[in-house]
Amino acid sequence: MRALVWVYLAAAYAFIFLPVVVLVVFSFQDGRLPVPPFQGVSFQWYAKVLGDRDLMAALGNSALVAGVSSAVALILGFLAAHGLARSVLPGSVWLRGLLIAPMTVSYLIIALGLLSLFNQMGLRLSLLTAGIGHVVINLPLCFAICYAAMGDHQKAAERAARDLGASEFRVLWLVSAPMLAPALGAAFFLSVTFSWDEFIIAFLLTRFDVTLPVEIWSMLRSGLSPATNAVGSLVFLVSVVAVVGAETVRRRT
Amino acid sequence: MTAGVSVQGVTQRYGAALALDNVSLEIAAGEFVVLLGPSGCGKTTLLNILGGFAEPDAGAVLIGGRDMAGVGPKDRPTTTVFQDYALFPHMTLAENVGFGLRMRGVPAVVRGGRAADMLALVGLEGRGARRPHELSGGQRQRVALARALAVEPQVLLLDEPLGALDLKLRRAMQDELKAIQRRVGTTFVHVTHDQEEAMAIADRIVVMNAGRIEDVGPPRQVYLTPRSLFSAGFMGEINKIPVQNGVSPLGPLDVAGSGVLCVRPEAFGDTGLDLGAGTVLDTAFFGAYVRVHVAPRAAPKLRLVVHLPQGAVPDVGATIKLRAVTWRVLGA
Repeated sequence: MRALVWVYLAAAYAFIFLPVVVLVVFSFQDGRLPVPPFQGVSFQWYAKVLGDRDLMAALGNSALVAGVSSAVALILGFLAAHGLARSVLPGSVWLRGLLIAPMTVSYLIIALGLLSLFNQMGLRLSLLTAGIGHVVINLPLCFAICYAAMGDHQKAAERAARDLGASEFRVLWLVSAPMLAPALGAAFFLSVTFSWDEFIIAFLLTRFDVTLPVEIWSMLRSGLSPATNAVGSLVFLVSVVAVVGAETVRRRT
Repeated sequence: MTAGVSVQGVTQRYGAALALDNVSLEIAAGEFVVLLGPSGCGKTTLLNILGGFAEPDAGAVLIGGRDMAGVGPKDRPTTTVFQDYALFPHMTLAENVGFGLRMRGVPAVVRGGRAADMLALVGLEGRGARRPHELSGGQRQRVALARALAVEPQVLLLDEPLGALDLKLRRAMQDELKAIQRRVGTTFVHVTHDQEEAMAIADRIVVMNAGRIEDVGPPRQVYLTPRSLFSAGFMGEINKIPVQNGVSPLGPLDVAGSGVLCVRPEAFGDTGLDLGAGTVLDTAFFGAYVRVHVAPRAAPKLRLVVHLPQGAVPDVGATIKLRAVTWRVLGA
């Protein structure tokens, strides 16, 4: 019975992680196809990928979009959360609901909506438009995390800061933000992860400069290759780092 | 720096409830005033209005003769010591204490010296590099006091600052608070619901109830010659005997007028107003005194509480003479 429990546990983890393990293992494939049998360890595909100018450009684009869009989403989400947590507004429940609502809309629908909006506005598709799309999906997340972290404890400290002569900006910058640092860090890193992995919005809202998932998708169209595995492994590695970063920041209080 | 406070006809409503009902109060510069009353009496509302955290619906607040209408907490010559301390957890004690000076553009070097002085004033010298979470409740409250005093406010507001401390520590902090106030000379306005605390520290006690001021005066006056029945009852235990034109349930008494005859338990003695005899129902030793429940002969249903000296322990069922050394008749 006890053994069965362990078998079940192993099976569950295998179900979740086997695809990733296969992806990573065959990125080291010493052969032309990322399928069994495993023909030996080689770093040639990593060398190829890291030497590919388009891929490296896409990697840089992804980092740029993830960093900037997450920072914007975090600032907007933090300010909205602060405002709604501190002031009593008529219908603030609805305002909160409205801010979180985009979480329930599929990325495809958000992307289509933004696409037609940008067309109407005459805004050319670029990394900027993809970044705007990522702010749209990450703002509700940042708002929810910041809002949940705001307690009476911060409220009292903010009041004390005001009493001691701090302007509103200094209250936010010197008291609220540092006290919420764990939540702000967690929100930022989660946003980075989502933006980094996001495909459909980036695919529909970029044209010449593309992000990494879009570049990988175009690689896949020309067939399977251990090179795509190598890129996938690198993307996965960055995501892991971001998630671990978020978790570390959140725990360090 | 110190300044007087003038509260003129301040009224504050919360929805239908009247939190403050046309309250007027003059506080002299350098005075230690305690706002005393049960929860919901409006004392904290008044403190918030003094600090600029709320604007009164009607009336005016003047600090040092300057009208405070439309002046926010940031720009008032007041600072507050909060009940929950509200220290900044991410800053050291020195940074906490120096925060107000930093907001006023005082250079870091000057700030550091001043913060160290203030920490020394509250008995925390040399602890400037610590953080708030390393301190006990009493120490945190000291830091909050040092932080509020560091900017040399004209008026210091204290919102039940000792409420979260245990009794022994609270009594010790009271003495210290009083000593610090004497040294800095700042006007202190202190809110509490603990009448012992009020008597221990106040130059003047303001007894509040249901949004109004019931009584104002030095502790001795408010305790011994209260202006209202509420004030009498809130300041300490009291025996209430209804009197109608000199006639009471105890028979005719040598008092003029009608109202409620108030006698404090410790005010019974060998001389004074004769209240007849009574039967001892039970006794309890309280250390400093013996607490006795007495049923007056003339009105056996009535219960009086009498505090007798430590040595005098009457037997249950014994008869004792009831004479009030000090007493007051107050309107019901």
